[in-house]
Amino acid sequence: MNAPATSNKENGAVQQLHTDAYDWTNQCVKCGYCLPACPTYESMGVESASPRGRINLVKLAAEGKIDFQKDLSGPIELCLGCRACETACPVGVPYGHILEAAKEAIAPYTPKKMKKLKKLALVHLFPYPERMTLLGNGVMFYQKSGLSKLVRSSKLLKKISPALAHLEQALPPIESPSKRFKPGTVIPAKEETRLRAAFFTGCIMDSMMSRINRLTIELLTLVGCEVVLPANQSCCGALHSHQGEAMQAKALAKRNIQAFMQIDADVIVNNAGGCGASLQEYEQLLADDCEWAGAAMDFSKKSQDISQILHHLGPLPFTEEYRGIVTFQDSCHLRNVQKVQKEPRLLLQSIPGIIYVEMEGYDRCCASGGIYNLLHFEESMKILDGKMNDLNKTMATTIVTVNPGCQMQMNIGIQKDGAANHIKSMHLVEVLAKACGLK
Amino acid sequence: MEQVALDALSQIIPESRMFLDLAERYCYSYDASFGEYLPEVVLQPINVKEVSELVKLANVHKIPVSPRGAGTSLSGGPLPVKGGMVLDLTLLRDKLIIDRENMLAIVSPGVITAAIHKKAEEAGLFYPPDPSSSNVATIGGNLLENSSGPKGLKYGTTKEYVIGLEVVTPTGEIIRTGGKTVKNVTGYDLTRLIVGSEGTLGIVTEAIIRLIPKPQSRKTFVAHFNHFIDSGHAITSILSSGILPSSLELMDQACIRAVESYRPSGLPLRAEAILIIEIDGHPLAIEEEINKCADICRAKGASYVKIAESEDERDTIWSARKLVSPAITQMGPTKISEDATVPRNRIPAMMERLKQIRDKYELNLVVFGHAGDGNLHPNIITDKRNKAEMKKVELAVSEIFEAAIELGGTLSGEHGIGTLKSPYMEMELGINGVNMMKKIKEAWDPNNILNPGKIFPEKGQTKVVLVT
Ligand SMILES: Cc1cc2nc3c(=O)[nH]c(=O)nc-3n(C[C@H](O)[C@H](O)[C@H](O)COP(=O)(O)OP(=O)(O)OC[C@H]3O[C@@H](n4cnc5c(N)ncnc54)[C@H](O)[C@@H]3O)c2cc1C
Ligand code: SF4
Ligand code: SF4
Repeated sequence: MNAPATSNKENGAVQQLHTDAYDWTNQCVKCGYCLPACPTYESMGVESASPRGRINLVKLAAEGKIDFQKDLSGPIELCLGCRACETACPVGVPYGHILEAAKEAIAPYTPKKMKKLKKLALVHLFPYPERMTLLGNGVMFYQKSGLSKLVRSSKLLKKISPALAHLEQALPPIESPSKRFKPGTVIPAKEETRLRAAFFTGCIMDSMMSRINRLTIELLTLVGCEVVLPANQSCCGALHSHQGEAMQAKALAKRNIQAFMQIDADVIVNNAGGCGASLQEYEQLLADDCEWAGAAMDFSKKSQDISQILHHLGPLPFTEEYRGIVTFQDSCHLRNVQKVQKEPRLLLQSIPGIIYVEMEGYDRCCASGGIYNLLHFEESMKILDGKMNDLNKTMATTIVTVNPGCQMQMNIGIQKDGAANHIKSMHLVEVLAKACGLK
Repeated sequence: MEQVALDALSQIIPESRMFLDLAERYCYSYDASFGEYLPEVVLQPINVKEVSELVKLANVHKIPVSPRGAGTSLSGGPLPVKGGMVLDLTLLRDKLIIDRENMLAIVSPGVITAAIHKKAEEAGLFYPPDPSSSNVATIGGNLLENSSGPKGLKYGTTKEYVIGLEVVTPTGEIIRTGGKTVKNVTGYDLTRLIVGSEGTLGIVTEAIIRLIPKPQSRKTFVAHFNHFIDSGHAITSILSSGILPSSLELMDQACIRAVESYRPSGLPLRAEAILIIEIDGHPLAIEEEINKCADICRAKGASYVKIAESEDERDTIWSARKLVSPAITQMGPTKISEDATVPRNRIPAMMERLKQIRDKYELNLVVFGHAGDGNLHPNIITDKRNKAEMKKVELAVSEIFEAAIELGGTLSGEHGIGTLKSPYMEMELGINGVNMMKKIKEAWDPNNILNPGKIFPEKGQTKVVLVT
């Protein structure tokens, strides 16, 4: 397998900022409708932390009035990329594209320390499924061996990095690799076959949350899907796009398109809002690449979130009641990019025994934002505190999410609040699986 | 700005709320209108004491001060045209108290207007002024621009609801005007003077606003007209029949077509006008009134009339109106939104004038607005990078204002004068009228530090300049 090409495209990126991105920024009429939707504007209270502010700074940078490194990078780095502003904008300014163009243009200026961390994760880790598996196994060993208890009680990690310390505690228990479905496997539908679904395993989901992947596959078979796990699939590239590494994102996209398009599946299913959004945007990512554009479009059209498939093919064969008050935190990329909002709610509400309560601010980012919580720990925690406040008001005993980042972020919030004995953070699939009697 | 002044400012406000770097300053260089003016410093006070000290200091050093809310002004109100400092008042938002017994709200200026709507409603009360920017704009900005929206017809503008203020004067004193009583005839009515003064006479740091009981119910209908003139007759007949709708909104054919091509929703492309009429009040009364209005529309030649029977149907009717803004911005990136207002019986005449202006300059001009109170929004859609067309726009805008004033109307129904309409003030008020206003400004603000460059034209400025 080839490693994705590394990037060296400063000129190209800056050029794009002057052409496409500049045109996009000119669509903004500065009405400010996006301000109330933006979590960083709310928590930081300055215009430069708002979508309107960021768009105009990109415009000014393109006009040469401010400097990329000195003036633009700060405000852009502090954006969560949740794209709630896009949903709120009445004139359809493509903020996501502006953000990515800006990130690419400022990438060469990222501070050294951050660059190292990003490089480690983006270039050397996420693109390699086998390294991710190794890491997952490592973490499992760490959790099972009692090492984790030792580390926690020594508070060592906290001294090195509070962000990592929180993340370490937020990791779910990792399932043994023996339970994992192997790449290349075809899992037959439980009864009559209604659809052939190719499953996108994802990098973090596959390594750290393989249990959720297994349950996803089992749920799919319950509603009549024959599930295929294409070999050679890789990370979706979302984190790379978000960090301004468009070349790598494109390389990863092509690898996935190749892996999936060989298989004649009716749908391509994923269970992580962020990855799903990225899969749906392959179409735009590769629109200018005449060799790949057509395939990318087909690929994106076939991509669906697990909640859409289960809702469409349902009802699920529930066997158990789910007790307790349940609330749902939207994944920004599922809600704002894929525009999927009602399916997860309808699925939750269909579970026998469940008491569903809507949380105020359910549509606001939890500030996990890819690896935002690692890069900007304090800002992230400020937003998370607000979220926990809203969560507490619902009296929920389970908070449901559809993205590994959100799920871990909610775990961090719960632990920070010392609420672990009365609130659980679960993936939608876990809740549905439990009610279907899957273990 | 001199270093001593900056040092003195940093004595009043902590570093975290004082911005000198370029990116932050640029973020306060614009509003929702035109023009870009870079302030020298941006400050975010959080209480009246800080505001007062900052203004006092500005007076000593003769630094221009531009107060700012959410920056949604369409007339350039918060732009720091003379440089100096921008006072961002959005962090002054600690107070939103609903006093149910006295039917009042006491609010800080940075509170978002929609939050007041929500809180009032929870208490069974109603704050009627409803600019379409209410989810974003601050109550401070609303007050200083005297904003309103579709409900202005029945309920009036912001000024009808403000009964008391705490104000920092341009020389830095803290004063109170009005109070908590609905009746108050003690001396000059400074409250009314400050409301709508666009931040040139004082900085509002707290407001007492009047609330009214929430109307029990409402009903909405839509009417299509194949001839514009018939819709005009329908409007005047409804208003003279003794019925006062809570809103009476109009869209012209260009709007209808724009909405239909943006998001097809079955609007009649042949119609020259659509009216949307809403009535609120007692359920029995509105039932009778809405039917009467519908009959009037039919009698005046409406080709189609539909009364909403459910909340869904009401939403469908209103969605056409709400789609106007997004729809027309698809026609070009620059939108010049005017709010020339005429006596309502002159609406057909004004529409005719607008049509002539559109044809003369060959511009993309659409009209919608609050027809019930004569407040029309002619919008010209263009691209500010096209300088030749922008020059035509400038001429067209001048003619729009002339037309409004000739027909007995006014330059602004709700967006304010700011930087954009100041050249036309004399046209409406006459030289003595403007001079009287200037004298008031000079008495309040001897050093002309508070929001200079607004409302009053600069010497020799006779028409709007959109591109240079
Ligand atoms: C999409 C859109 C729709 C709109 N719809 C409407 C509408 O339907 N009706 C309507 O009337 N307007 C409308 N407007 C115009 C605008 O929203 C209003 O004028 C609003 O009141 C401005 O509020 P703001 O908080 O944004 O104030 P800003 O724009 O920041 O400031 C407005 C003025 O108030 C002054 N100011 C602000 N706060 C204070 C304070 N505390 N003390 C002293 N001076 C202060 C500023 O100096 C400036 O002169 C619309 C604007 C947009 C962009
Ligand atoms: S993407 Fe999210 S954080 Fe970034 S500007 Fe938009 S709303 Fe704000
Ligand atoms: S809502 Fe859209 S047009 Fe309005 S300020 Fe935000 S990005 Fe610009």
